[in-house]
Parts: sequence; structure tokens; C-alpha cells
Amino acid sequence: MQVKEYKPLIVAFCCNWCSYAGADLAGNNRLNYPAEVKIIRVPCSCRVNPMFILRAFQRGADGVILCGCHPGDCHYTSGNYFTRRRMAMLFSMLDFLGIERERTRVEWVSAAEGAKFAATMTEFAEQVAALGENKRLEDLRCKK
Amino acid sequence: MNKKYLRDDIIRMSGVNPKKCMRCGKCSGTCPAYDEMEYHPHQFVSMVENGDIEPLLSSDSLYRCLTCFACAERCPRGVEPAKLIEAVRLTAIRRQGANRLTPSDIPAMLDEDIPQQALVSAFRKYTK
Amino acid sequence: MQRIGVFVCWCGSNIAGTVDVAAVADALKNEPGVVFSTDYQYMCSQAGQDLIVSSVKEYSLTGLVICSCSPRMHEVTFRKTAAAAGLNPYMVEIANIREQCSWVHKEMPIGTEKAIILGKAAVAKVNLNAPLTPGESPVTKRALVIGGGIAGIQTALDIADAGFPVDIVEKKPTIGGKMAQLDKTFPTLDCAACILTPKMVDVAQHENVRIFSYSEVTDVKGFIGNFDVTIKKNARYVNEDICTGCGDCVTKCPQKKVPNEFNLGMDNRSAIYIPFAQAVPKVATIDPAHCTMLKTGKCGVCSKVCKAKAIDYTQKDEYITEKYGAIVVATGFDPISMDKFDEFAYSQSPDVITSLEFERLTNAAGPTAGKLLRPSDGEHPQKIVFVQCVGSRCDSCSEKGKEYCSKICCMYTAKHAMLTRDKYPDTEVYVFYIDVRTPGKNFDEFYRRAVEEYGVHYIKGMVGKVTPEGKKLMVRASDLLDGKQLNIDADLVVLAAAIEPDKSARSLATMLTASMDTNDFFTEAHPKLRPVESPTAGVFLSGTCQGPKDIPETVSQAGAAAAKVIGLLAKDKLKGNPCVASSDELMCNGCSSCEKVCPYGAITYEDKEFRMPDRTTRIRRVASVNPAVCQGCGCCTVACPSGAMDLRGFMNEQIMAEVDAICK
Repeated sequence: MQVKEYKPLIVAFCCNWCSYAGADLAGNNRLNYPAEVKIIRVPCSCRVNPMFILRAFQRGADGVILCGCHPGDCHYTSGNYFTRRRMAMLFSMLDFLGIERERTRVEWVSAAEGAKFAATMTEFAEQVAALGENKRLEDLRCKK
Repeated sequence: MNKKYLRDDIIRMSGVNPKKCMRCGKCSGTCPAYDEMEYHPHQFVSMVENGDIEPLLSSDSLYRCLTCFACAERCPRGVEPAKLIEAVRLTAIRRQGANRLTPSDIPAMLDEDIPQQALVSAFRKYTK
Repeated sequence: MQRIGVFVCWCGSNIAGTVDVAAVADALKNEPGVVFSTDYQYMCSQAGQDLIVSSVKEYSLTGLVICSCSPRMHEVTFRKTAAAAGLNPYMVEIANIREQCSWVHKEMPIGTEKAIILGKAAVAKVNLNAPLTPGESPVTKRALVIGGGIAGIQTALDIADAGFPVDIVEKKPTIGGKMAQLDKTFPTLDCAACILTPKMVDVAQHENVRIFSYSEVTDVKGFIGNFDVTIKKNARYVNEDICTGCGDCVTKCPQKKVPNEFNLGMDNRSAIYIPFAQAVPKVATIDPAHCTMLKTGKCGVCSKVCKAKAIDYTQKDEYITEKYGAIVVATGFDPISMDKFDEFAYSQSPDVITSLEFERLTNAAGPTAGKLLRPSDGEHPQKIVFVQCVGSRCDSCSEKGKEYCSKICCMYTAKHAMLTRDKYPDTEVYVFYIDVRTPGKNFDEFYRRAVEEYGVHYIKGMVGKVTPEGKKLMVRASDLLDGKQLNIDADLVVLAAAIEPDKSARSLATMLTASMDTNDFFTEAHPKLRPVESPTAGVFLSGTCQGPKDIPETVSQAGAAAAKVIGLLAKDKLKGNPCVASSDELMCNGCSSCEKVCPYGAITYEDKEFRMPDRTTRIRRVASVNPAVCQGCGCCTVACPSGAMDLRGFMNEQIMAEVDAICK
């Protein structure tokens, strides 16, 4: 039997105005980052319901990263402040459940920070890979 | 002693952030003991920030400060030079070890022209 | 069930170089809902778009997935293509396989695998897409300008010249604002009244402009294009339409000991007054706090002398409701109070004055008819000390002052110093500064002229203490460059007080749901690219209510705000963004969580009648989103505890489906 090299599965939520544009800029500048990172576009980081993150873990994601505009730069004035508070709550709950803190992250990436986006994703992917597979929250009924 | 260590020590002791200073000079403009001092309040702030503390420690200016706190009260940036001077003074005292004054030493050290530090300090403490 | 077509773009070799496009198209063919899948060299080209249109017809597609470049690049293009094919434009989703796949991954198998997953996520989303139609709302073609200073006047004039009716609401009895109180303006030294008063007359006589003076905005409802504003016209006890402004009442009024606020209390006015000779509208106003007739019922002199019979002691506050399409905030500034700065002895000596008071002292229409005389004894001051940055650039925790630079003080102090030396060459003038900030056209030249030609003493350092001693003011200050402490026996001390937004701005911002910063300046929609718009749609900013500004900057911002308003009012209908929040009334429990997080005030509550299963009706409080105001951030959807709130185009279900597709 062939042993497949372990690759983590990472879901990245990016706000349309800053981080998604930052990801595009990373592409424009051909800055490589691991292909395990899959981006979902949301209008604002505050659109991300903690349920989405739990769902991702339930469906077998190994890490979830949430990217938004820098505090004070939100396209919708105050959205990312709500994100910051909500995620602090969610992460402490995940901590309570025994999900490693390193599997989740909130990062502020502006539309000009393509390099930061690529570096953050590379670093986050390595960090998640070091933790190995997420088994605690994964719903085995979802596994095929 | 290490220059940087000394600076950080004084900053910690005083609780003052000299980086907030915008060099307006209001402390020196307000200081009643200005002419008595070799280093003036605004110089204290920038010298501590630059780590030039030895000259301050050996200067007489330390003891010319009346601790009237006018500079601290009026500083628009909340830097409070008086606290910084107090911290440098404490450093000087700590270096001397346990050579405390005896009451008989005091009369010789009194200055006719300026009020005693202890007196002014007491005013500051009990009149607010 | 949707009938989805998948179109994979090669983008030449940009995508096809690292992604096996044929394999992607092939893999997506078997996804649920997909009935057609193909790849093409350039999807965005005319031929590519034609391919999409013909495929929609041939396979009766209901949804499209385009695997191509970033949606930020071509989403609009493909939405137009969908519309051309007879589909709803919002039935298109784009899988970004260029910027976020082929360009960042080098190996073909990895790129292909990721592209397939991104395509699957897009297909999963389109399966749940619903056709969206942007809402339309009519535009009331009338603008409201709040504040009648130079900013408000200029904005109103520009809008009115474009042919739209404008109302100005000014809380003082006259328009003109702070500029009317100034003497000369830097750096050209033209007199403020000479350039302002013609504009005041223009605006008053303009057929498209109405001025509500001595009035306030008390309530704002509605949204962009459709504001309902209540304006309170304070009773001035004088019939505006009849009063001729002759001033007989003012001269005959027996109560003459009222501090004159136009001259900042440096002289007195009567209880019935006209603020200044060129006031617009030029009508008298009775100050109810000081009028003997209104207080005791015994006087009535003004009514006796008024030939036009304009005095009406029974006048009441009047409320007017008017509809507007756009609102411009031009509430301006005030100098901060000097009460907390004990060290400058402002409250101890009348000879310590603020710069605005100095402005009145040197103004030909001021309390001294333009002669520079000490307020205490009316003598000519020989030594004047100007202190800069009083209350500006303070620490953020300071209780006395403001953290920001007030921007205009350096220049007006240079102007005051220069004019003093010009008129009275025997006067010694000292300016104590921390930094001299002169960024502006001809500004630094102006300041250098004050020093080099007029011999003003500029001293780097700050004044620490001002002590009144007899007729003199002892100024103790430091000269940092010379390393000296100075003691100057001055006759007059002028404080360059920091400026702050007008006190009424905070309550106005609440009414408008426009955001403010910690200093109560209005925030702009974008600090660089949308500097005259508030984040609240339909609310625009003009002048110092947005931040400290000098007159040229204020006027150019006023023009910019007017241009934005004209652009809005020129439209008959506003087309909204259809990706807005909407609430499911059956699930909503009226808890107000969503209303609290909405930065735009787009959510309101209404009592609605619901038919219950037992055929009774019940009235419940439910949230309702105004699609014209909602900008579609989705913050409310997360705050909603019952899950009633959802965001169209980014529904909970759709994002969950994307998550599922990626994690499969």
C-alpha cells in the first residue's frame, strides 16, 4: 500500500475588499504558497459566521484562517472589529473543546500586502501540518 | 553599568515614556529653578531617552529641582519630567549605598536662596 | 434543480500552463446540476462570450460557473454576458483559478487538483443561487445643507447653480459662520468680509436657495434619495418677512448689557439685535434670555418703534418637515475652551485673549473699530506674545487639549504678527512655537516674510506660565535654541487655541447615523478616495466638520461635496446593490441584535400582523432591512440569534456549500 504524503486542508475566508485583493496581488506577483489553502470570498470578514468555521472542521478541514482588512480600514467601517470579538469568543470555545489554538487564526491583510498574504499562508500551512490531522472535531459520518 | 540597562531602569522606575516628548520646551519654560540648573528639564527628558545618564547623575541639577511638579502638570504630552528627575535622583542615592545623613550634617548643606526640597515636597503632598 | 454550464478559461497559457483545463472541465461535468462543461482559450473575448451565450440557449442553462481570473477582474463582464443570454446576471459564479491557483502553484497536478476543488465550490454555490434584482428607489431632487458658514454657502451655491433646489439650515441668526468674524485671510491678506459678503448675498438671492436661519435640524428619517428632515425654526419674535433690518429697534432697546457673542463677549449688544451689518438675512432677533418684555411682560419699546410692525412677542417655535435627496453636513468648528489652561491666566486677565478674539480686535467692524487696544485699559500694547499650539498636539490622555494639530494656527499667527508689525511698527512681537507648519501654496513664503521683512521674533520653545503683575503680563518661556529661560513683560498675550468640531455635531451624527472619530470629526467613506462622502449613503461632508482645514481647502471640499450631490440628484432613480441583507419575518423574534451592529442604520423594526395557525392574528415586532441603505457587509447575519437574517448573494447556505465542497 502506498503511503500518501500528508497534506493539511486549509480553508481561508477572505474579505472581498482587502484580503481577497491581497490574495490576487500575491497571484499577480507570482508569490507561491501551498495549494492546500482554498479561499472562500466573503463581502466582509464580519460575514463569517462562527458556524462556517465549525462546519469546516466538522467536514475535515485541518485549519481555518480568517483574513480581513486592518482594524480601522474596514470597507464597512466597523465590520472587522466585530470579527475580532467574535473570533476571540469562538477560539476560546475551541480551546475549551481541545482544538489546538494553532489551527485557527485571524490575520489582517490589506489589498497591498500580497507578500504578507503568501508568507502568512505558507507559515500557517506549515503550522497546521505540524499538528497533523484534525480528528477531534471531524464528523465521521461526513467521511466517505 | 550598561548604558541601555540604566536607561530602561530609570524609565521603569519613573513610569515615564520619554518618547512621547515632542520637544516643545514647556517644562523648561515653566521651571522656577531653571537658572539654577546645568541641565534643564527638557534636556533631562532627551538625555534619558538617549541614554546619557552618567552626566545627569554627577550633575548638581538633580538637587536643584524643587520637585514642584509644575512641568508634570503643564506638559501637553503627559511626559512628566519631574518624575524622571526623581528617578535619576533615586538612582544616585541608591549608588551611594547606606551613607545616610545624620541630623548634624544638615545645617551645613542648607541653601539660603532656595527652599528646601523636603519643604516643597511636603507642600506638594499635603496641599492637593 | 439548476442546469449549470461550466466554462473553463485557458487565459492563453496563464491558466493552461499550470492547470490541465480539459481535465478540470471533465471533472466538473459530473458535479450535481452540471449539464454542460467546456474549456476555451479566452472566455472574456468576444468569441468566448458568444460561446457562453449560445451554450445557454442550446442547453437551456440556468446558472453559469466561469473558471477564470479573479472576480474582481471580470465578474462584471460575465454578468453582462449572462444578461445578454437572457439569464439573471446574479446567476454567475466565478472560480478564481488564475490569481489564486495557476499563478501561485507551479506543478500541473497540484494546480489541476486545486482548480477542480475551486470549480466544485463554485458549482455548489451556483446550485443555491437565486435570481436577484437590484431595488430601485426614486430621488427627491432637493438638497439640504446643514451649516451656513463658508463651506455650507459654497456647497449650496454650487448645487443651486446646477439647477437643484437647496435649503441651508443655520442655527445662528445669520449665515456667514466663522469666516464672517475674521479680519484678513492668509496668505494673500484679502479682507474676509470683502470676499465672503458677496457670496452671502449671492446665496440669499439665488432662486434655488432657501435659508432657514436661527433654525436647527431635529430629526432625520429615511435614506439616500429619500430623507425626511424636521427643521425647528426657533422663535425670533420678529416676523422675518416684514422686518426691513432698519435697526431702529436695536438702537432704542433699553437692555443694552448683553455680551455680544459675535465679538466674543468683548463688547455688549442689545436684547434685540442684528449680529453684524452685513448679516443675511438682515432681520432683527430678540434674545429671549435677556428681553425684559419676554421675561416680565413690561417694556415693548421695540414694538413701538418698529414702523414695519414686525415685532411679534407671541411667536412660537415652528417645525417644518421637508423631503431631501441628499444631506451635506457643514457644521464647522469652534475654538476650544481655555478654562482648563490655568497657566496662561486666560480667566485671570482680560489681556490674555484667543486668536479669534484678536481677530475681532483688529477687525474694522469689531469692538475697537479695528484699533489694536488692550481690552483691560484701552491702551496700545507695546509688547505682544503669541503662544502657538495651545490645546493642540496634546497627549491622548490629556483632559485639557486635543491630540491633533489644528492646522490653521501657524498661518493665522504669522498673519496676526505680520499685520501687527505692519500697522504698529513700534510693537515688539514674539511668537513662541514648537514647530512652524506651513504646507500650502505660498504659506512658507508668507511665514518667512513675517520673520525677515517684518521682524517678528520667532522663538522655538513654549510658554510655561503667564502671571498678571500690575498692568503687565509676565511671560515665562523657554528659548530652546539659545538654551535660555526668558521672562517677558508683555502687554497682550494671544493664545492660538486648538479648534474642535461644533458641539451640535455629535447629536446630528446620531440622527444621520453618520460615523465620527474619537474627536467628533465626521469620518469620510474612504480617507483617500472618497473624502467628501460619509460612509452613510446620501450624507456628504463639507469643511471643518471633517477635520481642521483652512479656507481654500474648505472651499474646494465644498465644491467637491456639491459635485457629488449633483451627481446623485441628477439621477431619477437609484439602482441598489442587490446583495443586501434580508430578514425572514417568520423567524425574526425582534431582538434588535442586528440593528445594533449595523453601521448604516439600515435596519428598522416594524409591528406586523401575522396570521397564526389557529386563524387568529397577532402583532409581532420584526426587523426590516432597507435595501437602499444596506451596503451588504453581512454583519447582522452573524449577530442574528434566530438565523432569520441572511445576506443575498452570500447566503449562509451558499457559503456552507462552498465549505463542504472544499472539504470533501
